[in-house]
Amino acid sequence: MASLQDIKRRISSVKNTLQITKAMKMVAAAKFRRAQLKMAEARPYSVKMADVITAITAGIDRESHPLLAKRDGKSVEVILITGDRGLCSSFNTNALKAADKLIKQLKSDGHDVSVCAVGRKSKAYFKREGIEPLGAWEGLSGGKVDYASATAIAREVIKTYEDGAMDEVYLVYNEFRSVLAQEVITKKLLPFEENTGDIAEDAPVFLFEPSIDSILGRILPKYIEVQLYQALLESQAAEEAARMNAMENATQAANDMIETLTLDYNKVRQASITAELMDIIGGAEAVKQ
Amino acid sequence: MGDKLKLEIVSPDKLVLSEEVDEVTVPGLQGQFGVLPGHTSFLATLDVGELAYKKDKTTGYVFVNAGYAEVAADKITILADSSELASDIDVARAEESRQRAEDRVVRAPAGIEPTIDVARAETALKKSLVRLQIAKERTQQ
Repeated sequence: MASLQDIKRRISSVKNTLQITKAMKMVAAAKFRRAQLKMAEARPYSVKMADVITAITAGIDRESHPLLAKRDGKSVEVILITGDRGLCSSFNTNALKAADKLIKQLKSDGHDVSVCAVGRKSKAYFKREGIEPLGAWEGLSGGKVDYASATAIAREVIKTYEDGAMDEVYLVYNEFRSVLAQEVITKKLLPFEENTGDIAEDAPVFLFEPSIDSILGRILPKYIEVQLYQALLESQAAEEAARMNAMENATQAANDMIETLTLDYNKVRQASITAELMDIIGGAEAVKQ
Repeated sequence: MGDKLKLEIVSPDKLVLSEEVDEVTVPGLQGQFGVLPGHTSFLATLDVGELAYKKDKTTGYVFVNAGYAEVAADKITILADSSELASDIDVARAEESRQRAEDRVVRAPAGIEPTIDVARAETALKKSLVRLQIAKERTQQ
């Protein structure tokens, strides 16, 4: 059995870890609340925007704008959004696995796949895999997602798409479901999917000012920005929620460990006291005789 | 169809305003236009400007920085790149940005600083002027 000293040392080391996980849990909880609020505030805009897009693209020729038209080319870009840091259980790994699967599948279908990494973890992953990403963005997780960074990413994506370098663009990210659950989503960003939603029979026919082309030219890129922004916010909230849970579990585990170790410690202590007593009694008996 | 319009203003970071109003004046890219209940549906591109709405004889002002207006018979939805209620405008900040932008617009053509993006400076100037204008109207009420 380990000595008293050893057990004591282990207890104090576990206690230190406990302090850290507890603090990290609190930080993650605070960040999560902020991220969730931001996400909720951004939702009305993206919902309204989706409505408008659905309404205006319903009645027009899909070939009329490059971002709507389908192309037969085989170059595909995959944008992978992860966090910058670890210690959030399977949050990052799930996204990486999903991206890996998608890339393998696209490749086996005969596509040329390029990637764009958002988040330090996805950048590191592609580096390990020996893939050179088209673009890499980091420093966005941990409450630093803002609309401007979504715009910057969107601009790059749209540029490579319009140049004809890419024919399809996919987005892989963690969607926030609840505090306890995230789901990895694979979404086709470009070209715009056909409307799957129902369009009311009596959907109003729109007049456009100045013209449909000029509106599409501005609103479609904007919609890409909004979708990216929403994805970044979802991923951010999901990451903090995952970290909060991971740290909660770690705190729990540390507490359990301290309990077992304290029990061991007491057992060892009692055993040594008993042994000492036996010695003394034995000695006394020997003297008596 | 009622005699009210549902006005909703959303920007990427939040829902700015949601109210039942009587009349809305919107800064369209091709000039201001008014919307009353029962308007035909159309979609317009917006300029940087001031959006005014009337509700029970009171008038509210909102700063709108470009975007779109989706108009239907009983509602109007403004998708703004950014937007602030008159009461949320930071006058000191707008004044500061006006001065900075003015400075840049003046200096750029003189060739003092060729790196200045004149178009951007002009947009910034316009934004700050509109903000200040709206803030002024607010204090006059």
